[in-house]
Amino acid sequence: MIETALAFALGCFSLGTLLNFWRMTLGPTSADRILALDTMVINALALLILYGVYQGTPVYFEAAVLIAMVGFVSTVAYCRFELRGDIIE
Amino acid sequence: MDGANNLLFIIAITPFIGALLPGIMIRAGRATCATFAAAPTVLALAMLAVLTPDVMAGNVIQAEVNWLPQLGLSASFFLDGLGLLFAGMILGVGLLIIIYARYYLSPEDPMGQFYTYLLLFQGAMLGIVLSDNILLLLIFWELTSLSSFLLIGFWKHLPEGRQGARMALAVTGSGGLAMIGGMLILGNIVGSYNLTDILAAGDIIKASEWYLPALILILLGAFTKSAQFPFHFWLPHAMAAPTPVSAYLHSATMVKAGVFLMARMWPALAGTPEWFYIVATTGLITMVIGALIALFKDDLKALLAFSTVSHLGLLTMLLGFGTKLAAVVAVFHIINHLTFKATLFMTAGIIDHETHTRDIKALGGLRKLMPITFVIGTVAALSMAGIPLFNGFLSKEMMLEEASHTVWAGSHHAVPILATVGALLSVAYSFRFIVHVFFGPVRDDYPSKPHDPPVGMWLSPALLMVLVVVIGVLPAAIVGPLVAVAGEAVIGGGKMPYYSLKIWHGITPALYMSIIAIIGGLLLLAMHRPLDRLWNALPRPEAKAMFDALVAAMASLSRTITETLHTGAISRYLSIFVVATVALGLIAASGSSLPPVTREMLPVPGVVLIGWVVLITAIGSVFFMHRSRFRALVMIGVIGLMISSGFVYLSAPDLALTQISVETVTIMLLLLALHFLPKDTPIESSRALRIRDGVIALIGGVGVAAMTYAFLLRDVSTISDYHLANAKTGGGGTNVVNVILVDFRGYDTYGEIIVLGVAGLIIFAVMEALLNGPAARRLRNMDYSQDRSRDRHPLMMVIATRLLMPIAVLVGAYIFLRGHNQPGGGFVAGLIISIALLMQYMASGFAWAQARQKMEYHGMIGWGVVIAGLTGTAAWLFGAPFLTSTFGYFHFPPIEEFELASAMAFDLGVFLAVLGAVMLMLYSLSRIARFAGETVNVEPMDYDPTNRVELLKEDD
Repeated sequence: MIETALAFALGCFSLGTLLNFWRMTLGPTSADRILALDTMVINALALLILYGVYQGTPVYFEAAVLIAMVGFVSTVAYCRFELRGDIIE
Repeated sequence: MDGANNLLFIIAITPFIGALLPGIMIRAGRATCATFAAAPTVLALAMLAVLTPDVMAGNVIQAEVNWLPQLGLSASFFLDGLGLLFAGMILGVGLLIIIYARYYLSPEDPMGQFYTYLLLFQGAMLGIVLSDNILLLLIFWELTSLSSFLLIGFWKHLPEGRQGARMALAVTGSGGLAMIGGMLILGNIVGSYNLTDILAAGDIIKASEWYLPALILILLGAFTKSAQFPFHFWLPHAMAAPTPVSAYLHSATMVKAGVFLMARMWPALAGTPEWFYIVATTGLITMVIGALIALFKDDLKALLAFSTVSHLGLLTMLLGFGTKLAAVVAVFHIINHLTFKATLFMTAGIIDHETHTRDIKALGGLRKLMPITFVIGTVAALSMAGIPLFNGFLSKEMMLEEASHTVWAGSHHAVPILATVGALLSVAYSFRFIVHVFFGPVRDDYPSKPHDPPVGMWLSPALLMVLVVVIGVLPAAIVGPLVAVAGEAVIGGGKMPYYSLKIWHGITPALYMSIIAIIGGLLLLAMHRPLDRLWNALPRPEAKAMFDALVAAMASLSRTITETLHTGAISRYLSIFVVATVALGLIAASGSSLPPVTREMLPVPGVVLIGWVVLITAIGSVFFMHRSRFRALVMIGVIGLMISSGFVYLSAPDLALTQISVETVTIMLLLLALHFLPKDTPIESSRALRIRDGVIALIGGVGVAAMTYAFLLRDVSTISDYHLANAKTGGGGTNVVNVILVDFRGYDTYGEIIVLGVAGLIIFAVMEALLNGPAARRLRNMDYSQDRSRDRHPLMMVIATRLLMPIAVLVGAYIFLRGHNQPGGGFVAGLIISIALLMQYMASGFAWAQARQKMEYHGMIGWGVVIAGLTGTAAWLFGAPFLTSTFGYFHFPPIEEFELASAMAFDLGVFLAVLGAVMLMLYSLSRIARFAGETVNVEPMDYDPTNRVELLKEDD
């Protein structure tokens, strides 16, 4: 059962990643792209965790937590750049 | 003998150590400074005096320490008669010059610097004359070129000084280069670089087919240094130096180095027809031309400079004759020339100092105004003219005697006649020095009223003048033994030829030649005025213009070559590099076939395939959208994310952590910079060029991918096997990556954190220069106000980052501590902490965050490197090599048993250096904005709810 659920979830998030990438390439605005990138980070985290569950190891979970911690910082930086130009005022 | 050997070493290094003193002691006053400059010289002189009896008895003192035995380079010194003579001259005259310069230099001149340069030069000269290894000699030889450059250009504000120094360095430096070649050939012929071996192998050298090239190259070095024709032109231009420098460099030392070298190499090289024709002819020409030009120079120092050129020619000619007697005469004349020429230079300096002019045409009648100077100058000049009772006469007479029976290309008359002409001209310019400066009516138009200088200034020349007279009257008693022992050293053992140092040799050809020279010289001086007009009317080649043209031509040639190869376009370098690499790879691969595939292709799950497609597509789209810089940056974020995920998937969590942290920091750096840069890249190259570059890039990328693919399908033994096997046992850690970083390759890491720190500091420094440079104006006029959000420091973001800060620090500490055994380590921890700090900077602004930052980033880098270095050196205390690490397991209840590794302290250094460098880089870049006139905030956020709470309280 869990196998099937995992396969389904992996498929969904993979599809999500592809759609993110689609938005990322097309835009049209910078906000679209930044948002797409941020969502893509989250999707990638989800994929990693799902893969960890599939493999039965905690290593992926830990890596995912760390990526989550620093991953959003670049989103913040992109946003500040768009909104204020200077990211450290 | 051991004591004597050590003493020789100490003599050789004393001036170098002493050179440190005057620069410091100048703070204690000028007299103290001069005393401390004189002290090492006196000390070395005293030590030399201790060794003198031994050398005079015919012994050679040797001292040797192996330095780079693989190269045949040893720090070996020896002291024989010739070395003693020169060392005595260098130190003795050096001491007199130090005393003289104390009074000569004006209060505006940086005296400490002067004495430091002088002692450096003294040490270099001493090194040349004491070296027993020709490689060591070459090092000192180059050192004299460099230190004399500093001395000649001492008056940096004078363009002539700078140009003269440059010319001297260019000429003597290039001669030195030639000499290196010659010496290496010589060492190769003999099979040893030891001077004593080379001098003993004269016959082998002369028989070798490499003799002529070696001879020419070595002579190039000696001729340039000793200002022999046609390289004589640098010496007069070097007269722009302060007079003490001229007196020292151009009477006793620098220019004598070339003569010394010829004398030193005499047993090994002299005695062949090649030697005779090259050396004697050059010397003869130089002697006559130098004397001729000297006669028509109006500048006192220029006159002396060309007379020095002439006398150096005389010495070269004597050495060139190749007979033992001529070599001994040369040694004698070296002593005599030193005494009268140093005296004359110092006299010229006194005249310049007191009358403020060196122009002979503006002088005259100084006999009554400066009686002491008159006596000193006249005695020295008479000696230079070769008048009996003064020492110059003795050696000149002996020189003429030698010349009188020298046959040049079958001619019995060429050498004697030219030598007489040289002597005649020398009489003329010497008397001109006396008559035109001191005699004649007293004038009333001197630039400054002349009077004799203080004792300190005339003491040194007076002492030398006494020597001139004493040697002139009692030659055999005063310098006889020294000439004998030095002469013996020059001719390299064997029977000394018969000679006698006395005034009256009977009626010889030399006596007639002397009489002709004196009478002719005086006649020439009587006709000086019309001759001078004629000389000035004649066209003459101007050496400086020719030299400048040559230098300009060389510079433009090298510029052409450089600019052809080095265009500054990185795309060009990269395309050449990539094409060359691919081509070499193809050539290497074409000869051999690949070994069979030994590994199965791993299965590719659908998710991974999607990740791969996204990665490749993202890379491709960067290619198309890179002109819109911000969009390209966002796209790079995708690439970074996919690579990090790939690392996690392929069980390299360390790399993933590093990748994602580096990614974040890099993007912030790029965004900070992009704020001040154009947001779009203009199209600068043609379509064809872009297609070509694209194809090259594609070939390069595909090539690397294909190679990686080929390697991954085969079992190749790599270095990682060793690391995997030894990480736990050798380094005490299960995280192999970390053990490699802090233990196996600790040295590399140590170097890398230094490089990282240096990079951080350079960015800081460059930014400093940028903000003070022309770009600053443009920055100030930039307009940032368009399309901006009003919410500078949003409440949400401030609160979120505050909450995240302790968590991030905790994670950083955790990652750091477990680094040795689990994914993590100092590098990643440093990046995580810096990201945590940067979040605060972004949220509440630079000024607010900086005010709460107590530690300087510069210092953090420094501490990081220091801690890592100290950890490495701590290994020495246990007798282990640098950076050896150790580890152990400890148990303190109630904590469970834990491991401590010395690598942890090293990792702390890495952590600090990374944190400091990253923060310093970002700090530097964000400074631009404030410089460009942006305001800073002191409040943590734009809308602070606590203020509102306070207001509400007040309302209540």
